[in-house]
Amino acid sequence: MSAAGRGEAGRPGDDVRSDLHVIVELTDGGGTEIEVVSKVASLYGASIEATTRATLAGLGVEHARVRIDDKGAVPFVIAARVETAALRAGAGPGGDGRPNRSVPERPRTARDRLRRSRLYLPGDQPKLQLNAGLHGPDGVILDLEDSVHPAQKDAARMVVRNALRCVDFGHAERMVRINQLPLGLDDLVAMVPERPDLLLIPKAETAEQVAEVDTRIREILAEPPGGDPPIWIMPILETALGIENAFDIAGASPAVVALTIGLEDYTADLGVRKTLEGSESLYARGRLVNAARAVGAQAIDSVFGDVGDEEGLRTWAARSRGLGFEGMGCIHPRQIRPIHEAFAPSQAEIERAMAIVAAFEEAEAKGLGVVSLGTRMVDPPVVLRAQRLVHVARQAGLIEEPDS
Amino acid sequence: MSANRKASTEFVVNSLGRRVPVTVNGTPSRPFGGVGASAPRGSKHGPPVRSAADYPESGDKRVPDLRTALERCGLRDGVTISTHHHLRNGDRVAMSALTAAAELGAKDLMWRPSASFPCHEPVIDLMESGVVHHIEGSMNGPLGAYCSRGHMRGLGVLRSHGGRWQAIQDGEVHIDIAVIAAPTADPFGNADGSHGPSACGSLGFALADSIYADHVIVVTDNLVPFPCVPWQIQGNNVDCVVEVDSIGDPEKIVSGTTVVTKSPDRLLIAEYVARFVRDAGILKDGFSFQAGAGGIALAFVHCIRQMMIDAGVRARFVRGGSTGYLVDLLEEGLTDYILDGQTFDLAGVQSIGSDPRHVATSPFTSYNYHGKGNFASMVDAVVLGATEVDVNFNANVVTHSDGMLLHGIGGWQNCLFSGCTILALPSFRDRIPVIVDEVTTITGPGELVDVIVTERGIAVNPRRTDLLAALEGSDLPIRPIEEIKSEVELLVGGPPAKPVLGDEPVAVIKWVDGTIVDTVWRVPK
Repeated sequence: MSAAGRGEAGRPGDDVRSDLHVIVELTDGGGTEIEVVSKVASLYGASIEATTRATLAGLGVEHARVRIDDKGAVPFVIAARVETAALRAGAGPGGDGRPNRSVPERPRTARDRLRRSRLYLPGDQPKLQLNAGLHGPDGVILDLEDSVHPAQKDAARMVVRNALRCVDFGHAERMVRINQLPLGLDDLVAMVPERPDLLLIPKAETAEQVAEVDTRIREILAEPPGGDPPIWIMPILETALGIENAFDIAGASPAVVALTIGLEDYTADLGVRKTLEGSESLYARGRLVNAARAVGAQAIDSVFGDVGDEEGLRTWAARSRGLGFEGMGCIHPRQIRPIHEAFAPSQAEIERAMAIVAAFEEAEAKGLGVVSLGTRMVDPPVVLRAQRLVHVARQAGLIEEPDS
Repeated sequence: MSANRKASTEFVVNSLGRRVPVTVNGTPSRPFGGVGASAPRGSKHGPPVRSAADYPESGDKRVPDLRTALERCGLRDGVTISTHHHLRNGDRVAMSALTAAAELGAKDLMWRPSASFPCHEPVIDLMESGVVHHIEGSMNGPLGAYCSRGHMRGLGVLRSHGGRWQAIQDGEVHIDIAVIAAPTADPFGNADGSHGPSACGSLGFALADSIYADHVIVVTDNLVPFPCVPWQIQGNNVDCVVEVDSIGDPEKIVSGTTVVTKSPDRLLIAEYVARFVRDAGILKDGFSFQAGAGGIALAFVHCIRQMMIDAGVRARFVRGGSTGYLVDLLEEGLTDYILDGQTFDLAGVQSIGSDPRHVATSPFTSYNYHGKGNFASMVDAVVLGATEVDVNFNANVVTHSDGMLLHGIGGWQNCLFSGCTILALPSFRDRIPVIVDEVTTITGPGELVDVIVTERGIAVNPRRTDLLAALEGSDLPIRPIEEIKSEVELLVGGPPAKPVLGDEPVAVIKWVDGTIVDTVWRVPK
């Protein structure tokens, strides 16, 4: 931690790109002096200084010496680093160092939207966040938890908060993984006003934890309890206890749209080795799928850790879909397409499901109680499954819509 | 001195609106007037006529060392010495030749490399000590910075590979002594690049010098008895042969393997490029393409290969810079030929030395604009890079957005004549947007740039209505260039400020016909 009156933030060093290092010293008078060394000084030197001044002014800092070593950071990153350094230097917490919002607020995502892929983005590495949406994941997870060093939790919070205001993640659902409770409750103060679509609660073990997060979200937004959930929640079950409580956790709040599992921690908790075929977690994953479906939520699988092994990923994802999962995590953009392909119904499945749905609709129209396809009778659960599959296929753009 | 350079410089505005000097290093120059606007006149340059009577009947032209060779070839103050970059950053010959000239007391030399690399940084010392007056050729890294800061005595002159041939052939520049590094040579001076411990592939960059220079020295570390077969350089043009221990560092001449980029953004760009080529209808039986050895280009080759297999089509030829990726296409029967200007990796070198369908070309066949056509315009699609491009599709490859001269032109300008010129670029690099209102230095006019592919979408030059029509119904993200530009500016905090540049020129950019397309200005400290 920094000495009183002086704070540092960001990354020093020559191999840093799209980031910066900032030192802020709070002084008693003389206004704010800013010294900028930047590889883009001749193009953005004035802009760097203006961003720095605006951030400090927002925080109520009137007198400071600031040294910036910039390696091509975009403005929201500069603002995050300056704010972090100023707070570490002891600037009063009452100010507001947030940059102006440059992406418009969007309505909250649909409860049952496609969540085939969610791309993890380390919260303290802004370079990876800038173009993440372009790779077409169904969701991005701005991570405050395991990918962030304990000493940089405050820094990551600033970067992620600003990214939610300034980065266009395209069609991706904007998710934030907060820290394990109780630290995660502090994350909420910075995150919730930026209206991410979904929050992930790591190492969830009880329904009370989920309820606590839900309540805190509503408090921060000053919304009454009981109404439509303002931000979705996806608990991550990563322990034996969490798995045992899966059903309660899934039903703890109407905000829970999905359950997911963290296999590294879960297998560690069991004291078993995580294997490629995953039989050691079969029970846990089956239990989780069942609990999620029992409350109408989605079941989402863990990540596949070997980025280079595309065949292994495809095999895992296909098996995962077979178990009832609707998606999984990605640790690299190149995992997105194999996952989307693995979780997509095949053309044959889609055609058969559409035929069943058509037969059902025809039977309905004729007032028939029994749906039949050719010479075979179709049971109601088969119709239900077919309707669900058609719905998913339509969301994934796999069904050609007639021109409207 | 830079002082008299400034005093003697007058400028005109060329057809692209750029201020260019009317004389360059004392020679009158023509401003760029448009693509194809400047017709050449007169005859090609001729070197002095020689007689076999003055050369040994045995054919043995060996001399003990470079100093002796330079003396025999008439080294004196102020002459022009040329070298070539087929050994890339492993080259030892250029520095040996210039150092030998320095030891002989020569001053004010002009060095005319086909390209320079970081290994040539010591030329800065030779410029400081007065041995080298200035450089006419590509200047990268430290040499580019030295020139940009205004330290060089003469104006830098940057030419494309084809433009270098044009200038030598047209007599626009005169080479007194060409020093050619040869991975294999015989005592007569026949030389080739495909074999030997320093094998590098084609020696095409040295071919013009061997034909048009007053004197030619071949330097080799793999002397074979006459005849050296095959030969790309003809011994009949060579004055002296020098045997040395090593002409270069093999590890820096070719890379062991060239690697596809791992950057997700760049992979996405490469995939968009390949899909564009397919969806625009360019990918068909008998087509041709050229892509370099950069990360995006290699990833593009990887993608297009799969698309060729899926579509069941093969190319008639692909153009190198060759790499193992192109060699795979050849060996898998996906292309009939590789027409290779430069060989980048071991697989490429082995292939050019053993497979007759892998053919060494030269800037004359590939790129020379003052010839009866050239290969570049016959290529269906070419994938290139750039540092900047503007909303009129003018592009810059030589300077960075801060004005610093940091890259050579290579074959880039020449390739713009292909059927479909695609610039594959990240939309910003460490905050610096790639699409700007006006590029710092125009290296290629927008009328020849057809498509910009970024990770945010693809901009097609509105002139190419045919491409736009062909792309109707494609699910590729085709977007107006201004829209991509605005999106990037929103992220990076607006357009960059214009860097403050000095009013003194430090280098000029030649177009393929010898006219001046733009000027590089001094970058103040």
